Amino acid sequence: MDSFRDKIVPVSVIVAAILVVWYVAAIFMNAPYQRELNARAHVTPDLGAFIGQTWAQRKPTLPAPHQIAENFFKNTFLVKITSRRSLVYNSWVTLSSTMAGFASGTLLGILIAVGIVHVPVLDRSLMPWIIASQTIPILAIAPMVVVVFAAIGITGLIPKALISTYLSFFPVAVGMVKGLRSPDILHLDLMHTYNASKVQAFWKLRVPASMPFLFTSMKVAVAASLVGAIVAELPTGAVAGIGAKLLAGSYYSQTIDMWSALVAGSVVAVLLVATVGVVGRFVELRMGARP
Amino acid sequence: MNVSAAAASANDVGRGAATMSSGQTVVSARGLSLVFDTNDGPVNALADIDLDVGKGEFVSFIGPSGCGKTTFLRVIADLEKPTAGTISVNGMTPQQAREKRAYGYVFQAAGLFPWRTIERNVTLPLEIMGYSRAERAERLHRTLELVNLTGFEKKFPWQLSGGMQQRASIARALAFDADLLLMDEPFGALDEIVRDHLNSQLLELWARTTKTICFVTHSIPEAVYLSTKIVVMSPRPGRVTDVIQSTLPKERPLDIRETPEFLEIAHRVRDGLRAGHSYED
Repeated sequence: MDSFRDKIVPVSVIVAAILVVWYVAAIFMNAPYQRELNARAHVTPDLGAFIGQTWAQRKPTLPAPHQIAENFFKNTFLVKITSRRSLVYNSWVTLSSTMAGFASGTLLGILIAVGIVHVPVLDRSLMPWIIASQTIPILAIAPMVVVVFAAIGITGLIPKALISTYLSFFPVAVGMVKGLRSPDILHLDLMHTYNASKVQAFWKLRVPASMPFLFTSMKVAVAASLVGAIVAELPTGAVAGIGAKLLAGSYYSQTIDMWSALVAGSVVAVLLVATVGVVGRFVELRMGARP
Repeated sequence: MNVSAAAASANDVGRGAATMSSGQTVVSARGLSLVFDTNDGPVNALADIDLDVGKGEFVSFIGPSGCGKTTFLRVIADLEKPTAGTISVNGMTPQQAREKRAYGYVFQAAGLFPWRTIERNVTLPLEIMGYSRAERAERLHRTLELVNLTGFEKKFPWQLSGGMQQRASIARALAFDADLLLMDEPFGALDEIVRDHLNSQLLELWARTTKTICFVTHSIPEAVYLSTKIVVMSPRPGRVTDVIQSTLPKERPLDIRETPEFLEIAHRVRDGLRAGHSYED
């Protein structure tokens, strides 16, 4: 409980500081446009009223936190879930391709790692390509993948999930190569004295030893998957998803919508990373970690 | 087990002495050498070792670090390949013996799998060797009793003290009933009191089973207390400088270590170590 209180105070202080800076910044960023509006309307509000105006524009340059909160709340809880405006609906669209991409990316990463650890040729031939693959900016790849797939009639979840896969297999592959190689020499020698086969050594030693590495890399991978899914929604003119909301918001200068889509994205990211963390902790406890 | 018969060759002393015991020979090395290729050039880990270990013997290997005692044990276990000479284990090559699961190996660190309970650590070799579930349970029960760990089946290694972990690792090596037990400084990391306790337990265990034990140590009292035969080794290159047949009785209470007989053997071991040690460096 004490540790909870120890965390609460510093975190709320930081949050309060950010809010203060944000509100002040909103005044200055929205002031020029507000002055223009007021000049056109021939009104000269006093300072207090002017500040209030900068925090209540319909299309502000920088929306005030309460405007984002209000929009977020409305589009999350008040709008019907099936509505195009609903953030729950849009988050779900992005989440589903994130999870599909994350699952296949994790699987691919593990398979690559198993290959690299067991086949020396793959170790030398595959690793440079994997690293090179990650130097290509996702923004260059995503439109190509989406367009190519659309040309052969595949749209929707699959191309988006593919881009998530592309981003998420890498941390898993690298982490699992390390994890599968992590057993002590002593443990490997021990398996050797039992005349254990490679398969037995793999399942009874390498796999359990790699679990902490797997979950650490999966946390990175799931966040990357989400980025991949959002980026994949940008070039397609996708009709739904957090990426689509961001893009639509920028087309129509709906800054408040953009910000609340951003918040929705962060919430999804936190939920995903936390879920992986909880599953990882559960597996750890099952594997005898100190509570 | 016929330990006293081996005493016939008790005075067969000297470099490269081959002490034959009366029974079957479990380990037999002739002209065994091993050279490691390192970045600093070749290192003679073992040079021209001639040695026999008879069935049921308790043989200690003692010497300063770098004398090759661990390497010799690892050669028996087929964890290192000799570069010259021959060695047989149960009349086979070390590799064949390993494939037949002829020995249990206890390392300096307990080396338990942290994600397995004591029960599942001890039955790990049985799982690998394809024992049935019922057989595993029976052997688990028997070996845990042998090392006094009954009741700790469901504990994870971190919940046990260092000495208990090492006992669990001995149980793991005993579980599949190999006749030969190879122990590489198993108590080296434990404190004196725990070590004394485990030493007498080990002797008891050795008396109850009919195992041959090869035991690496750098403690003179430990070597003298435990062994029927003490192999003194010296470094650079690793070689055998003395083979001492113990004259102590099989029953060994801890206070046997204050008897003149014990001290005399210890003195001889110390002399052997001193003779083998070059003070040039």
